[in-house]
Amino acid sequence: MEQALDIAKQDLLAPAEIDEHHLQKVLSSLMVPGVDQAELYFQHGRREAWSLEDGIVKEGDFSLDRGVGVRAVSGEKTGFAYANEIVMPSLTAASQTVRYIARSGNVGALQSWKSDNIQKLYGSDDPLASMQAQDKTDLLYTIDAQARQADPRIKQVIASLLASYDVVLVVSSDGTWAADIRPLVRLNVAVVVADKDKRESGYAGAGGRFSYPELLATHKPEVIVGEAVRLALLNLEAVAAPAGEMVVVLGPGWPGVLLHEAIGHGLEGDFCRKGTSAFSNRIGERVATTEVTVVDDGTLSGRRGSLNIDDEGTATQCTTLIEKGILKTYMQDKTNARLMNTKPTGNGRRQSYAHLPMPRMTNTYMLNGQHSADEIIGSVDKGIYAVNFGGGQVDITSGKFVFSASEAYRIENGRVGAPLKGISLIGHGPDILTKVTMVGNDTKLDDGVGSCGKHGQLVPVGVGQPTLRVDGMTVGGTDI
Amino acid sequence: MKAAHSDLITTKTPQHLKEIVADILERAQRSGATAAEVSASTSQNLSVAVRMGDIDTLEHGRDQGLCLTVYLGNRTGTAEASGFAPADIAKLVTEAINIAKYTGEDSYAGLADATDMAVEIPDLQLYHPWTIDTADAIELVGECEAIARAEPLIVNSEGAQLSTTQSTYCYGNTHNFNAAYQGTRHSISCSVVAGRNGAMQRDMWFDNRRNAQHLQSIEVIGRLAAQRAIQRLDASKVHSCKVPVLFTPETAISLIGHFTSAISGGALYKGTSFLPDTLNTRVFPEFVQLVEQPRQPGGLYSAPFDDEGVATRDQVIVANGVVKNYILDSYAARRLAMQTTANGGGLRNVTVDGGHQSFEGLVKEMNKGLVVTELIGMGVNQITGDYSRGASGFWVENGKIDHPVEEITIADNLRKMYANIVALGNDTDERHNIRCGSILIGEMAISGI
Repeated sequence: MEQALDIAKQDLLAPAEIDEHHLQKVLSSLMVPGVDQAELYFQHGRREAWSLEDGIVKEGDFSLDRGVGVRAVSGEKTGFAYANEIVMPSLTAASQTVRYIARSGNVGALQSWKSDNIQKLYGSDDPLASMQAQDKTDLLYTIDAQARQADPRIKQVIASLLASYDVVLVVSSDGTWAADIRPLVRLNVAVVVADKDKRESGYAGAGGRFSYPELLATHKPEVIVGEAVRLALLNLEAVAAPAGEMVVVLGPGWPGVLLHEAIGHGLEGDFCRKGTSAFSNRIGERVATTEVTVVDDGTLSGRRGSLNIDDEGTATQCTTLIEKGILKTYMQDKTNARLMNTKPTGNGRRQSYAHLPMPRMTNTYMLNGQHSADEIIGSVDKGIYAVNFGGGQVDITSGKFVFSASEAYRIENGRVGAPLKGISLIGHGPDILTKVTMVGNDTKLDDGVGSCGKHGQLVPVGVGQPTLRVDGMTVGGTDI
Repeated sequence: MKAAHSDLITTKTPQHLKEIVADILERAQRSGATAAEVSASTSQNLSVAVRMGDIDTLEHGRDQGLCLTVYLGNRTGTAEASGFAPADIAKLVTEAINIAKYTGEDSYAGLADATDMAVEIPDLQLYHPWTIDTADAIELVGECEAIARAEPLIVNSEGAQLSTTQSTYCYGNTHNFNAAYQGTRHSISCSVVAGRNGAMQRDMWFDNRRNAQHLQSIEVIGRLAAQRAIQRLDASKVHSCKVPVLFTPETAISLIGHFTSAISGGALYKGTSFLPDTLNTRVFPEFVQLVEQPRQPGGLYSAPFDDEGVATRDQVIVANGVVKNYILDSYAARRLAMQTTANGGGLRNVTVDGGHQSFEGLVKEMNKGLVVTELIGMGVNQITGDYSRGASGFWVENGKIDHPVEEITIADNLRKMYANIVALGNDTDERHNIRCGSILIGEMAISGI
């Protein structure tokens, strides 16, 4: 942690000749009567993307983003300003805006800063520098060749290699003085196949908080290529999907996007505090069958959704959201936790210094049950088996959610049958888990490619679950 | 904006940005670039949100952005930075040049043709700063929310928000093109929750304009937000069936958006479009027209030149149902052996024409079927056109809206859907880059219970 703080101070404050005394002065100026908490968030991000199409690495893109967000909270009110210049005048100007929200109340005290020893879930080296440029482009050419060799029907390969490296420093009136160094890498492979007049595509990818060499060691590029090719060719064979309400078996891993949409967003503290979530005021109630336990865990080593500290400086944790079917906890940032008289859960996240933090998920997944995947599939007379998904969306207030299957099959008499064309599945979040009648013993997390959008802010997340049998979801096919 | 828009940090004028752009182009060439292009932008934004009658958030942001692309012969390198500090600019040039040493030879890479550059930069009347004081802004959205909350059955609120942004954009390249212009965008939105018998429905309404005087009134925005939420209460599912589907303008624009993506250069040359080789062929019925008017005075998406400096011009995308123009930047154009359509950065102000009927008229014509007011989830395969999305809206019986429906999906193939458009409405929604009225489609598969 000391190391992260030193790096952060050197990287973020030293170039502008800002020291702790300056920060103290800015925070003090923000703690006018009525302000509960004031905070400064400094960030320096570096990103790169290399992309290949038409057999050529056509583009390389490097970007540099540096800035500071200044925030004061007074009750339910928030004042926020940001600038992408880390200099004293921008801090002073921002604090003038931010103070506007508070006009009266008690004078809040500035707590003395302390930096706790925090977890170290990932390395602090810059992943952009973990591989030579030549090796990055060579890797993309190798992927292109592997994909094209895999099948003569491959017409196009689109591959990209991405990395980001963020240095963040959070300084708050509540005594927080914390830094985090966050690496993140990702490899994407998409292929287009054509057979006669049919065209289809397949996508696979992997990523996490580590270096490029670590990514390639744990997720072999040839395996990712093979998966993209397999999905594209499978789609060529896909038939029209059925329509109507039916039994749906969801595969392990990425289908956990179901939990993310159906349950996760509705358990975020801001919606619950405001009473706009379909899960508001439901702590202690049964929301799922007894086999269901769901956690949000920001502490998994190297995972895309993991963080040593959240963007308010709170250590992340493993929070049990649903235990044996009973709703236990909401996910909280500092403001919503204070307003709801509870503790922050390390879920205060923001896309960048230019965005306000709010309760967000990290890695959200369901723990193992007792059934094997075969047993679950075998139990279904007629239904569908969905194993890969594109993404999803939820209406927090009505609880309706959708997620879109990109790989699904018919199940007939307990056997997996023909592959189906892409379909959306729609359900009602508050009761979907009460329809989970079998939970598999094969839980796993996704491969590290998920991003979650909320109020226009995108953050990296993880999802996961074991194989699940859901008795009744509406399947959006065309075959009626 | 006295209270919030303090000007301690100098706001960059168009002239400032042009100087920065010229300087970076010169540095890039000195560093070995055979050609280069730079965009620079600055913006400042004030936004206030009021929830349950009190200030919820007051936000003030300043953004700066630079993007440099260099060419070393046929190789490309791009670098971006969020500041204009000398050290950042130096790094921008070094990184872009360094990247270009490693990307592959691409004979189609490069700037748009010098002869296509905009010669005159007309004033499109895009810049109308809103001199509203923070306190007045708070009062205005407070009233907007109060109007929505005064409606019966409104039980909660996500608040009302006002946002005002001023920005300056500059683009230059080594054809000696360097031009800048300023713009503003102001918006007011309101989102409230209606409730009955323990069930809740949220909905919202917003408007956004270049000139604040043209914004819909807070009364309209507040009432529409409330009415839309209230109308959704007590929604039910429907039995799976095949019926006509009427997309209201807010959802119809997405159907047109899938079309414009499919006839865009990138999707065409990559082979990822469900509408390949459709130039001069019929995709829509004969009454459908689609035009782009990128120089519309005061238009929300208007621009005098595209992202490559090419002069924008009005063009017909679809005439009598037939595709007349692809949507191309110079790269895609060279790749497809065509000419750029001045669509670097996409389309600007697209209008779908051909609608003569009112929304009520279309409901009557449909007689029985589904009105879709909201779509959720992805579920569109751009390579096959297969379409399956979550929907909510209203059930229509005997030519009249009968009751709200939700938790259903609608599915078909976009190509079939386009050919199967029965009628267009004249209820055009002006708030988006694509402006169109309601779209009635002959039949789609509805999945429910």
